Amino acid sequence: MIPLTHFLVLGAILFSISVAGIFLNRKNIIVLLMCIELMLLAVNTNFIAFSHYLGDISGQVFVFFILTVAAAEAAIGLAILVVVFRNRRTINVQDLDEMKG
Amino acid sequence: MDPVYLLIPFAPLLGSIIAGLFGGRIGRKNSHRVTIAGVAISFICAAIVFKRFAIDGAEPFNATLYQWALSDGISFQVGFLIDNLTALMMVVVTFVSLMVHIYTIGYMADDEHNWPEYSLAGRNSYQRFFAYISLFTFSMLMLVMANNFMQLFFGWEAVGLVSYLLIGFWTTRESAIYANLKAFLVNRVGDFGFLLGIATILMYAGSLDYMPVFAQAEEMAHETINIFGDVQWSVITVACILLFIGAMGKSAQMPLHVWLPDSMEGPTPISALIHAATMVTAGIFMVARMSPLFELSEVALSFVLVIGALTAFLMGLVGIVQNDIKRVIAYSTLSQLGYMTVGLGASAYAASIFHLMTHAFFKALLFLAAGSVIIAMHHEQDIRKMGGLRKYMPITYVTSLIGSLALIGFPGFSGFFSKDSIIEAVSLSTIPGAGFAYWAVLLGVFVTAFYSFRMFFLVFHTEERMDDHTRSHLKESPWVVTLPLVLLAIPSVAAGIYIDPIVVGDFFKGVIYVEHEHGAIHHLTEHFHGLVPFVEHGLMAPPFWLAMAGLVSAWFIYIRKPSIADATARRFNGLYRLLLNKYGFDDFNETVFGAGFRKIGDLFSNIGDRLLIDGLVVNGAAKVVAVSASVLRHLQTGYLYHYSFAMILGLVGLLGWFVLNG
Amino acid sequence: MTFVQFLFYFFAAIQILAALRVITVRNPVHAALFLVLTFVSAACLWILMEAEFLGLLLVLVYVGAVMVLFLFVVMMLDVNIAEIREGFASYAPAALVVAVIMVIEMGMVLTHRIFNVRPPLEKASDVSNTEAIGRVMYTDYVYPFEIAAVVLLVAIIAAIALTLRRRPETKYQTPIEQIRVRRNDRVRLVKMKAEKKESGS
Repeated sequence: MIPLTHFLVLGAILFSISVAGIFLNRKNIIVLLMCIELMLLAVNTNFIAFSHYLGDISGQVFVFFILTVAAAEAAIGLAILVVVFRNRRTINVQDLDEMKG
Repeated sequence: MDPVYLLIPFAPLLGSIIAGLFGGRIGRKNSHRVTIAGVAISFICAAIVFKRFAIDGAEPFNATLYQWALSDGISFQVGFLIDNLTALMMVVVTFVSLMVHIYTIGYMADDEHNWPEYSLAGRNSYQRFFAYISLFTFSMLMLVMANNFMQLFFGWEAVGLVSYLLIGFWTTRESAIYANLKAFLVNRVGDFGFLLGIATILMYAGSLDYMPVFAQAEEMAHETINIFGDVQWSVITVACILLFIGAMGKSAQMPLHVWLPDSMEGPTPISALIHAATMVTAGIFMVARMSPLFELSEVALSFVLVIGALTAFLMGLVGIVQNDIKRVIAYSTLSQLGYMTVGLGASAYAASIFHLMTHAFFKALLFLAAGSVIIAMHHEQDIRKMGGLRKYMPITYVTSLIGSLALIGFPGFSGFFSKDSIIEAVSLSTIPGAGFAYWAVLLGVFVTAFYSFRMFFLVFHTEERMDDHTRSHLKESPWVVTLPLVLLAIPSVAAGIYIDPIVVGDFFKGVIYVEHEHGAIHHLTEHFHGLVPFVEHGLMAPPFWLAMAGLVSAWFIYIRKPSIADATARRFNGLYRLLLNKYGFDDFNETVFGAGFRKIGDLFSNIGDRLLIDGLVVNGAAKVVAVSASVLRHLQTGYLYHYSFAMILGLVGLLGWFVLNG
Repeated sequence: MTFVQFLFYFFAAIQILAALRVITVRNPVHAALFLVLTFVSAACLWILMEAEFLGLLLVLVYVGAVMVLFLFVVMMLDVNIAEIREGFASYAPAALVVAVIMVIEMGMVLTHRIFNVRPPLEKASDVSNTEAIGRVMYTDYVYPFEIAAVVLLVAIIAAIALTLRRRPETKYQTPIEQIRVRRNDRVRLVKMKAEKKESGS
């Protein structure tokens, strides 16, 4: 039987990879969004592992909600991306420093 | 309250307000009319009151006019205490003031010439001057009529203020501005002591009114106070010395005398009224009024005596080397104030007040005569450029002679009686320092005679040293000038006859209090057998011979052999320099207090204000904000990934903390 | 090694490798495709843990909808890859350090004994995974469920509102205008005098 920690370490590795991805692809906003999806996937994996090993279905319900929110986030994020591209003809993060105020 | 009492101070105040605020509208004539009317009413009322007290022997009048405030059980009031001392002072003040008012009409007649064209202050200077001197009369009367310390202090400061305004009356003259500033500052030193003295009395007696304070004086004499370290001071000594420091400022005793000679920058009438006859005697009056307190402290009396003796002798010496006619009289005033102070220290309060009175008459006379000379000389004040004025100005000459004789104490003149009683009292006094004081005042008589007649001879005798233009215009002054001279000459001669009631009589019985063991004045009384024997006795006594010696030396040096004066000055060059520098008080004040405080001020300004407050606190805070903002603004790059990096690093950090501490 | 264990390590390896490729490939299209691979292998692992419903959901919703959306956007936008990739190598060490630290930290936490949970007993599965979730979802979590629905609705509206734009240059018909049109709007009758015949021609 596979121990719980295996799943957890898998989730940790996945999470770390996505963190590294945010660092590496700091200019590519599309890949950034993908990395966020990866992070959520790692979290979801943990939820399901706990749910399975502790025999509590609530964890899976949470995964459901997270998926919902993640889908919404991806939709809105991509919509924003499209608008940004339409207005500025680029999605290079280097050019997007409007938050400086 | 009897309306007479109210009229005395408030008639001059009303006149002052009318002339001061509406002077421009009512014109010059009406201004001097209204102020003179006010002072005249005041003088008549004062005379009535004087008669009531001195001749009819009325009981002292003590009443509160108005309660200003009541705070913590202490009542601040305006009230009058009128007794023989007050009545005498009121008569002197209002009489001299009236004379000066009349005299001013002549002296200030062409005051416009003293102002530059552009000056706005010169527009109504004539009316303003009358308003000021009337206001001064009001202030001085409030001072002498006070029945409590608060009103005394009010009067004290009010006369100081008017004095300030009048010394700097010609505001366009730089020297006048410096002089009035100096007078104000030096008086501030004295007033600080005065205020502390009042505070001490208030603290221990719990009241500001004279009567309750005097009633508790005996108890205060037994209490002690801790000022520095463990030394116990008698409360009454501390209070009296502090009060006397106030008197030193106002009455120009050493070392706070430096302002009085400089105050001669003011117009001559106010030199006569304020800086000779009345205001500067406020300190003398105050100490006499406080006699129940001073009598209980031998230390304070001794202090008063020594200060007075020093002033009387040393300031007279300075008078010898002065060349400005008004400054000679100013140093003479200092010296005479020293005599009065010596009298106070010797517990001869009555003699001091008597001298105050006679001095007010003859010194006002001398000043006004000097003013008359100055008018004739077209505002030339240097006695080296005068001479031989006798034949041009007979009235001024005669009255000056009377004033000078009174000043040196020529037997029969008023000054003789008052000064001799002080000298007698000092010789009989047993207070520590009395021996020194006796010699000081005795030698002072010689000095007084010398400088008085030096000035007199140089002005009225000797060859004419003025230029031709001035000589062609020399003439006797108008009647408004000479009338006050004549009117003042009369009491200068005759006031001496009142020695009987005032000094040796019981005029001040119940008003001035003298401890039995300080009873120099009682001895004087025992030796007094009438006016004529007093004069005869005076002819034998050393003061008379010293005065004569002074007179003759002045005659010899300045009329017979004028070369001696220069030779002596060269011979005793060091002493001459010392006197010219007025013992270096001014230099000392300038280098120690002036420069010292400027240095301290610079220090505080540079370190405290500029470095600490401006630099560190104000600009420092601003700089910290600016610097930290300029550093921190780099955090706000606006780039999305920087924010996410920060989040991730934070997450790593938190996780690490969790691992290490979990 | 049991079959289950083999499956776990197999899919785990695929997932990690795919995830690594997602963050390192040059082309965003490839990245999206590798992400799809990651999700599929994750779905397999979830099913391995008896979360069949969520595993299928992941494939259907994520791979089917969200990742297609990603691909769609990536292809639609004309992205300059070279520009996007610059500075990639310079950040690699930092990324590596952070990631390694994070893995170590989380490993330290996760290998703590409190996570050493015994594997679940083989329970009698009289209800399917989907049914079990459904039971909880429509009872205990009914309000969050409703809110999730609202979140999705908002996301739809937001996405449309953001991307919708009016383009004046495009030609389009307005049915309302077409229906409301009257004869007078289109036809104008003009009366003209009859022309006289030329005489003598």
